[in-house]
Amino acid sequence: MNALASPTPLRQADATPAFELRLYVAGQTARSLAAFANLHRICETYLAGQYSIEVIDLTKTPQLAAGDQILAVPTLVRRLPEPIRKIIADLSNEARVLVGLDLQPARG
Amino acid sequence: MRKKQSESLPTLSRAPTGIDGLDEITGGGLPAGRPTLVCGSAGCGKTMLAMEFLVRGATRYGEPGVFMMFEENAAELTANVRSLGFDLDTLAGENQIVLDYVHIDRSEIEETGDYDLEGLFIRLGHAVDAIGAKRVVLDSVEALFAGIQNHAVLRAELRRLFRWLKARGLTAIITGEKGEGAAITRYGLEEYVADCVIILDQRIRDQICTRRLRVLKYRGTAHGMNEYPFLIGAHGFSVLPITSLQLDHEVSSQRVATGIPRLDTMLGGQGVFRGSSVLVSGSAGTGKSSIAAKMVETACRRGERALYFAYEESTAQIVRNMRSVDIDLDPWVKKGLLQIHSSRPTLQGLEQHLVVMHDLVRAFRPAVVAVDPISNLTMAQDDAQVKPTLMRLIDFLKKEQITAVFTSLTEGGDATTTPEESQVGVSSLMDTWLLLRNVEFTGERNRTIYVLKSRGMAHSNQVREFVLSDKGIDLVDVYLGGDRVLTGSARVSQEMQELATATLRGQDHDRKLRHLASRRRAIEAQIAALQAEVEAETEEVHFVIAQETLQVNTTHQNTDAMAQKRGGAVRPPGGSKAKR
Repeated sequence: MNALASPTPLRQADATPAFELRLYVAGQTARSLAAFANLHRICETYLAGQYSIEVIDLTKTPQLAAGDQILAVPTLVRRLPEPIRKIIADLSNEARVLVGLDLQPARG
Repeated sequence: MRKKQSESLPTLSRAPTGIDGLDEITGGGLPAGRPTLVCGSAGCGKTMLAMEFLVRGATRYGEPGVFMMFEENAAELTANVRSLGFDLDTLAGENQIVLDYVHIDRSEIEETGDYDLEGLFIRLGHAVDAIGAKRVVLDSVEALFAGIQNHAVLRAELRRLFRWLKARGLTAIITGEKGEGAAITRYGLEEYVADCVIILDQRIRDQICTRRLRVLKYRGTAHGMNEYPFLIGAHGFSVLPITSLQLDHEVSSQRVATGIPRLDTMLGGQGVFRGSSVLVSGSAGTGKSSIAAKMVETACRRGERALYFAYEESTAQIVRNMRSVDIDLDPWVKKGLLQIHSSRPTLQGLEQHLVVMHDLVRAFRPAVVAVDPISNLTMAQDDAQVKPTLMRLIDFLKKEQITAVFTSLTEGGDATTTPEESQVGVSSLMDTWLLLRNVEFTGERNRTIYVLKSRGMAHSNQVREFVLSDKGIDLVDVYLGGDRVLTGSARVSQEMQELATATLRGQDHDRKLRHLASRRRAIEAQIAALQAEVEAETEEVHFVIAQETLQVNTTHQNTDAMAQKRGGAVRPPGGSKAKR
């Protein structure tokens, strides 16, 4: 909840994380909160200590929408490792999120 | 003027597009504050129309705009529209236009549940707020259908988008790809945009492409229902709404010489009116181009600019050929007073040719324009299309007070069609119509010319022979004798025959006069001789008398002398007579 209040990086490791993720949302809607909760859960499950999440609220910084070509919200952008991948929607379908992040559940 | 209209009709306010002709068809522009759907097949000019709407809005009507594109990026679009004279970089720099490229790559996107397109709204809203935009173009939202899997969400969001545009009072153009069969758009966008639908169409006929525009629907307003040809030229989009043209151009009573003095004489003595249209028609080889070239050359001699559109010969060929009839165009071309524009009629459709003409005329501002020939331009077209399009051209030239000369090749010219009939399509648009004909007689063809009509002047009704030679163009009286019109050699021989007859007759008279003179001389000689005879006789008679008188006197004297000698008294003079 607090994490959504500002686009503060939420770092889980001191070293440069292998997974640099950015979550675009539009205001603190139920869908935004669900997406963040789902993302957080998946990351903790599969990427503990290897990721960073930056949350961007487009209602506050609309100029950032063009940079990552955001249309749908919520959109999760995997900036690292390359190539850039985009996962849209509330991330409730865990299997598809893992496919989108290029993570195999077996690796967790 | 447009503004006034929208003020007087607040319920139907319009956002003028600034596109030539489109505002006339729609009665002032697109519905202000509402979305308009522009659809058509690929490459038919949707993006161009939308872009011109936006650029004109920003530059002419003080309405900044946002162009959101889904298919090409901003750099590509900027380059594409630069050919229309639109400088998007400058406009963007002045905050008049925002170009926003929305890129969707399906391969990068994974959908994992519930979402909406708020990101698009935020982007659009941000761009609109940034420059205070009044106009929006979405080109084309259909690309979203390819990028987003969940069409149910997409459709709901599009519906929301159009409501959102309306709520914000944005005049929007949404472009869409033409659908299969009867469908207006591929994804049925028309069901969201119900206020105004414009259809662009591109069709090919006889290998020539023409574009058409139709306002399919314009809620709550009367609009032109027809299909209108449109063009994309160097100055942007241009629709040709013939029916909305007004016949209200100014007219000039100034006269322009054609450069052929005897032709000017036939045209009321002073040539044609400035700004009028002249049709020169005739079958092949009757000298149409020469008349057109002469008029062009004459304009240059007056120091006016002239534009010559040639659709049959190349520039160099025209210059060379015209030299053979003593029309030298080359110096005028070099001087910059004359432009010859040669192109193939089949290069593009009639409309496209017209747009080229428009652009050249606007740029060069000539006083005389020659189109040689219009019949070639109309070759590949339906008659029904040609007339309105030519009307548009003639009207444009008249408005600009440009004297226009059109040549037209008469087809056939056989018994079934008279030359008059073959030009029915365009002749009514022309002010002056010169008809050239070939007359074949005694083994040669000769050219004749007559003025079929010439509005607003007392023109000659006579047929003249039209002579092209290395000394130029001349008109000669034809021989009208008996019931025949003779031209060429026949005329010359007839004339010579008459000359011979006249000479002979003249010689006869001379001979008679000479004869009379010599007779007179002879008679006078006779008279002189007779007089001499009379004088001689007179002298003779006088001599005889004198002699006799002398004798008588002598006799008297002798008698007197005798008497004296004999001592008789001297008789008084005369006494002797009495005595005798």
